[in-house]
Amino acid sequence: MSIIVYAESLNGKFKKSAFEVLSYGRALANKSKKSLVVISINADNPMKLSNYGPDKIISLKDPKLKNFTAQNYANVISEYSNKENISILILSSSADSKYIAPLISVQLEAGLATNVVSIPKSLSPLVVKRSCFTNKAFNNTILTGVINIICVSNNSFGVIENPSEPQIIDESIQSEIDSSLKVNSIDKASGTVSIADADVVVSGGRGLKGPENWHLIEDLASVLGAATACSKPVSDMGWRPHSEHVGQTGKPVASNLYIAIGVSGAIQHLAGINSSKVKVVINNDPEAPFFKAADYGIIGDAFEVVPKLIEKLKAFKVQ
Amino acid sequence: MYYNKISFLNIIKIYLKSHIIDSNKNLKSNIKFEFNIVNLNKNLRMNILVCISNVPDTTSKINFTEDHKAFDINGIQFIINPNDEFGLTRAIWFQQKNQATVTVVTVGDSSCEPILRKCLAIGANKAIRIDTSAKDGFYVATQLKSLCEKEKYDIIICGRESIDYNGGMVPGMLAQMLKLPFVTNCISMEVIENVVNVKREIDGGIESSSSSLPIIIGAQKGLVEESDLIIPNMRGIMQARQKPLDVIAPVSSSAKSSVEQFQKPQEKESVKLVAPENIDELISLLHNEAKVI
Repeated sequence: MSIIVYAESLNGKFKKSAFEVLSYGRALANKSKKSLVVISINADNPMKLSNYGPDKIISLKDPKLKNFTAQNYANVISEYSNKENISILILSSSADSKYIAPLISVQLEAGLATNVVSIPKSLSPLVVKRSCFTNKAFNNTILTGVINIICVSNNSFGVIENPSEPQIIDESIQSEIDSSLKVNSIDKASGTVSIADADVVVSGGRGLKGPENWHLIEDLASVLGAATACSKPVSDMGWRPHSEHVGQTGKPVASNLYIAIGVSGAIQHLAGINSSKVKVVINNDPEAPFFKAADYGIIGDAFEVVPKLIEKLKAFKVQ
Repeated sequence: MYYNKISFLNIIKIYLKSHIIDSNKNLKSNIKFEFNIVNLNKNLRMNILVCISNVPDTTSKINFTEDHKAFDINGIQFIINPNDEFGLTRAIWFQQKNQATVTVVTVGDSSCEPILRKCLAIGANKAIRIDTSAKDGFYVATQLKSLCEKEKYDIIICGRESIDYNGGMVPGMLAQMLKLPFVTNCISMEVIENVVNVKREIDGGIESSSSSLPIIIGAQKGLVEESDLIIPNMRGIMQARQKPLDVIAPVSSSAKSSVEQFQKPQEKESVKLVAPENIDELISLLHNEAKVI
């Protein structure tokens, strides 16, 4: 029996979450004394994975899998999971991984837990802690499949280096490609950091008074290499696109640092960003609920504080 | 040619509809004409299923029973899962424009019926309740699969995830069980004849794809806007009482997971305030104490 990890990549480069799920897999393999297999699909440099302790790397390279399609990615991951006689499959909680996880779980007749935040509390039965009620609570879920799938929440475990000398197997796929769903085009904003992958997220709310003031958010984000986000009213009013809306009905955020500017902190917003490690709020209203949820706060006018913060951070980065 | 004729007639129909509202003159003949067009469109009618989850209101304070084994429903208002409601609204648009039939379904006990009645008041044609408690995502998907095998649906809409369990499991599992194309995080869906064009929100962008019907989608905000959500009016509420709400027995299935215990997050330490003129201190705290920059 072994544990298999799917290391996600984008345009040939591993996502940070790939190293995190592999680190998680190493810890779980040690705990359960199983071997650790990692699978990559069209990654340029699969050897990079050896920094995080796998016993075996399966590197699939196939032009048929150039674009991500959920059904085909699920099919190949299921196929190799069967070949490797696995007991646990580990995925990230990215949009793509959460897309394929339920498909694989039906194919493998496996138990599934998404948004898992720590290493299993017990192995037999398999008990994992996961976030629920949009980060307002946690639950311990018992997984009772013969095979079980764990989707690890971003930034919950961390990346832990653990170099190994794995066996590497290069393969191309044998199975038929499913084309019932055809991907016609992918539109991506270039040069910006996406909320899901970002270590730092800078978010703006109604306090910024209008879309014309968004350069404050963008400038601060660019100094920090951060993604930009916004609160629900801001996206509802059309100041910013929906894809930037974070909160209960928007995107979840699990960054290391979350900076909220002019966001009052409605319960739905706080729920969506609660898994971020460190939260900073800048707001001129000392009664804003965000101050109860934040680690650091400045009570002050965003239009005065943010430009100063940008200047000071630029100076700090030069040092 | 046939389709062209129909879309042409559709345009006339939309015009006539507005005309009926504008003036009551010639009402009888307009209605008769409209009736004929509806008949012509009959063979294009889609059958849409929207899967609904009963969840605590988004502003709810989350508490658990003393043994931490269950969610404490005391004083909690239940609503249609927001992601499901975006999907329901999109389905109602298909109903209004293309005469689609919209069925809503939930897996749950009789306490879920008020939200099904609300779906009917919003405009769904009929409701089904599968009479069992939702044990886990796999169990719910199995129940829905059984329904979808009996009835033929062209579009099956689920919310991308519920806001209580946040599993995001049911739509994908159902798609794999039925071997149907599946798009989650769906922000746009248009049907032209038998082809469905969908857009999915991906990390940092949008992916467009197409397939033939039937299809399963995981709905989210963007499929319709928050301001598009339909608030039931008195007429809708009255009509909902007359619409069918069928209760059907579950099929036998076992769950693959169960919740052992719930926990609330640890109480946070109170915020460290920094004076606005003291930005250097904030940078130093983030660098030296929090170690995030």
